[in-house]
Amino acid sequence: MSEDKGRYQPLSYYQLMEISLRELLVEKGVVTDEAVNAEVQAMRSRTPERGAQVVAKAWADPAYKERLLKNGTAACEEIGLEIPALKLVAVENTPQVHNVIVCTLCSCYPRVLLGIPPDWYKSRNYRSRMVREPRTVLEEFGVRVAENVAIRVHDSTADMRYLVLPMRPKGTEGWDEAKLATLVTRDSMIGVALPKV
Amino acid sequence: MQPQFVTRYAAALSPEFRTGEKVRVRKTAPLGHIRTPFYIRGHVGEIERLCGAFPNPEELAQMRDGLPAVPLYRVRFRQKDVWPDYRGPDADVVEIEIFQHWLEKA
Amino acid sequence: MIGKMHHDMGGQPAGKVQITEHDYAEWERRIDAMVQLLRLAGLFTVDELRKNIEQLPPDAYDRLTYYEKWISSLTQTMIQRGLITTAELGRKMQEVEKRCSRSS
Repeated sequence: MSEDKGRYQPLSYYQLMEISLRELLVEKGVVTDEAVNAEVQAMRSRTPERGAQVVAKAWADPAYKERLLKNGTAACEEIGLEIPALKLVAVENTPQVHNVIVCTLCSCYPRVLLGIPPDWYKSRNYRSRMVREPRTVLEEFGVRVAENVAIRVHDSTADMRYLVLPMRPKGTEGWDEAKLATLVTRDSMIGVALPKV
Repeated sequence: MQPQFVTRYAAALSPEFRTGEKVRVRKTAPLGHIRTPFYIRGHVGEIERLCGAFPNPEELAQMRDGLPAVPLYRVRFRQKDVWPDYRGPDADVVEIEIFQHWLEKA
Repeated sequence: MIGKMHHDMGGQPAGKVQITEHDYAEWERRIDAMVQLLRLAGLFTVDELRKNIEQLPPDAYDRLTYYEKWISSLTQTMIQRGLITTAELGRKMQEVEKRCSRSS
């Protein structure tokens, strides 16, 4: 460790633990390195584009939107999205209501639709303040919600996972689903951003 | 009341509360793994929907099976009722999933 | 506040949200992958993982990064479940540390 030529980084205690646990579990036949690596790749493929597909279809197809609001899980399965064990509640933004998601107790999040949550979603400041002063926190994200629009904060405390269905922006008339999906960002599906053309 | 998600624990489902009913979150602070946030305990809200019946996370955390499954509700609270200093419209709400055993009639 | 656990932070005073994110390192992704695989194999529940994170001392809870908390908790959970023992882990950690400090 004293001969650090700038390329070798000593392992941190937790990196050491990761290697050690994994090697033990492989030795015991509990997991394989191949399975771990395959899962890492599978997780890389679970990006917010999946959630954007759902939103774009809801924008393009009002009947699908109603089904999505009634049962988010069934609506995802309907379009062939593999969403193991997800109990999805889709919440719709309207001119009267703006929705935003938080998990004050940890960092629950619809990972199979949006990928791994960003650092800020898991941070103390977001988790503490979003339930108490959503309007101020949303302004920190650059979203100002008018006084005549109600804010609904969803604290994801148990088995449900939430997807915000943002409002379809003006100027997108006649767009197909694939083009609509390009407007739907991860942050708009959490409720801290608005899709823009 | 129809649950939003029919789980394999549906047989355990005989929900005590109905949509729209006013409920109070028990004001108590036991030990163990708990999914009812501290900030909402003692507050009154209304049942927004029955999510379904799920194994009790408090028991699952202790390596037990959490059965019989417990009805889980989404409960809506007015922010002005929850935070004494809340500055925002009356219509602002916080909605939280709460297990039946944490709720009592208000 | 008597009875409020450290991780249960909804409504607590806090500062401005640092709207940053980082691209997760491979070792962090492997932790996530192991959690998913072991959970899907029914070897533990996410509730146990959460409980073990919640039981970290407050300063560790605040200082450790997300995946440091996860690997710490996953390892505790594996010990609790009897898939590994503390002694096995200690020997393995010594072995890995020795091996990794030899290669530079």
